[in-house]
Amino acid sequence: MKSHKVTKSQSHMKSIRAIIIFSFIVYSLWLIASPAEAAERFFEIKAKKFSYTPNIITVNRGDAVKIRLLSEDVHHGFFLDGYGIKTSAHPGMEGSLKFIADKPGRYTFRCSVTCGEFHPYMVGYLVVGPNSRFWLFAAIVLVIGIGSIITLNRVKKTNG
Amino acid sequence: MADKLFGLIDLNWRFELTKLKLIRNLFKSRWFPLLAIILNLFVFVIILISGLIGGFSAGNYNFGIMIVWILWWVMLMFILVPIFSRAWCLMCPFPVFSDWLQRGALFVVTGLKLKGLGLKWPKALKNMWVMNILFLVTTFFSGFFTVRPLATFILLGGIILLAFLIGLVFEKRSFCLYVCPVSGFQGLYSQFAMAEVRRKDPEICKNHKVKTCYVGNECGYGCPWMLTPFNFTKNTYCGMCLECFKSCPHDNMAFNLRPPGVDLLIDEKRGLDEAWKAFIMLGIAMVFFLTMQGPWGFLKDWVRGASLKGYLTFISLHTAFSLLIVPAIFFFFSYLSKSFSGAKEVSLKKIFTNFSYTLVPLGLGVWIAFSVGIVLPNGSYILHIISDPFAWGWNLFGTRSVPWTPVFTGALGYLQGAVLVLFYLFSLAYGTRLSKQTYPTEEQAKRGWIPILIFLTLATLAFLWLYIG
Repeated sequence: MKSHKVTKSQSHMKSIRAIIIFSFIVYSLWLIASPAEAAERFFEIKAKKFSYTPNIITVNRGDAVKIRLLSEDVHHGFFLDGYGIKTSAHPGMEGSLKFIADKPGRYTFRCSVTCGEFHPYMVGYLVVGPNSRFWLFAAIVLVIGIGSIITLNRVKKTNG
Repeated sequence: MADKLFGLIDLNWRFELTKLKLIRNLFKSRWFPLLAIILNLFVFVIILISGLIGGFSAGNYNFGIMIVWILWWVMLMFILVPIFSRAWCLMCPFPVFSDWLQRGALFVVTGLKLKGLGLKWPKALKNMWVMNILFLVTTFFSGFFTVRPLATFILLGGIILLAFLIGLVFEKRSFCLYVCPVSGFQGLYSQFAMAEVRRKDPEICKNHKVKTCYVGNECGYGCPWMLTPFNFTKNTYCGMCLECFKSCPHDNMAFNLRPPGVDLLIDEKRGLDEAWKAFIMLGIAMVFFLTMQGPWGFLKDWVRGASLKGYLTFISLHTAFSLLIVPAIFFFFSYLSKSFSGAKEVSLKKIFTNFSYTLVPLGLGVWIAFSVGIVLPNGSYILHIISDPFAWGWNLFGTRSVPWTPVFTGALGYLQGAVLVLFYLFSLAYGTRLSKQTYPTEEQAKRGWIPILIFLTLATLAFLWLYIG
């Protein structure tokens, strides 16, 4: 009985260690993966109650990003999560932003000027590829899933 | 041999908080939770007034909207439900008026005979179905009540009125037990909670012929939730009103801390109503994310009723997705589970129902991750509205001029990813155990578990992609 208990715990600990090591390796690979050649990217984003066009912009890590914000109705803002930068635009008076997309992942940009009842939900996405955050967590989930099946089998065999 | 969660935490571990004299005395006092309810009632009066005078203005600077849909919701999902079970029900002010009417008193115990018509709730509706439908219908108006103060006023006012009317006609807390839209998901997710109300020594209850926890005595009312505290086994329907602590002459009730999720293994009253609650909650989480935190403008137009056609499309798709599509996908994987296991003698309904409880941890994680995405960008509005609750230019705490400040939104993706992974782990941990409960042999359980594991993995990946992909 005691040996079974130890075996099960050890098996769990081994699995946890394997998951941590695997995740660390995957993440490290993503981080050191050389990004596509950095380029200058320009986006003209139109804001209108309660969405942006384009609503998703995709760049590569290291790109120099320039954004021109135009409003088609009322005063709208543009705050970029993770980068902490913002601008705003009135109809006929544009706003602009420049930054280096050096943080991989998906970041939400959101209206920073109360523009109507749906203002808190007025968002768009900046995807800085490769989206290592998503792939890291997706890899962890897959490793856990596969690992749990292997662990179950191993515990059974050890007991048997 | 002790069954250990992740090989680390003994599932039978309990720490009785009511061993601490201070807590026991508090739980036995008639002032508690009444004082918490009265305090809460005061906050809700401000919420209702601010909702009424806030009219159609944008909700992000409205006291009612921010307190209810940011602070309350986040407290509920982060702390109250996952840690303290149905602690919100303990302090909820909605049924206080019907309690008052039925008892004829707020504080003292007036007698065992309650006022009002005291009709029994219809037997066919003694389940979660009414709550399921009401909660789903409530979400049809999410594009109004989460942003328009008057809509929040109407919603909350309507719930309070309904609680009162049902209290007039039906016995005790029939409203809380069978109708309240907030009650159902709390009940479902409270199975994961790290706290519980349970009796201590079963022998004492067995020898106590008059079940005062059920019928009441001069110290406390009989369980207002019409349950039998002397044999509680799971949290789902216990509203934590604490009357059983007061009415037990043997001090045999306990408030325990425990490992998260142990109720999921209690095979009692499992049913399709609770299963559907789990599906509906997953469906609503996905729809809410798409409409509130997604970048698609046409979906926002649908939800806020910019056109009748769009709004009806939203309601139809939302209902079909939450009520039919999610359960249908899960049914398919349950069918695969039965086929893989080779256990012909186990009914598909049992497989479907039992494994639906694996969605409780995952669903809770999905909602916590969703709520992180709401509170971090919008939490700073609370500093403004507590200083100026009625938008009359007050500056009660000197925080009226604090600008909108998103907090840690750069780390949002990591937080949401970590929460999803953590609760996925819990779903797997309990899923393997549920599989052993469902199938007669270990080999069948192992084989039958694989399709469900695949479903949970795909569902987690889907939410990961949605939230951070």
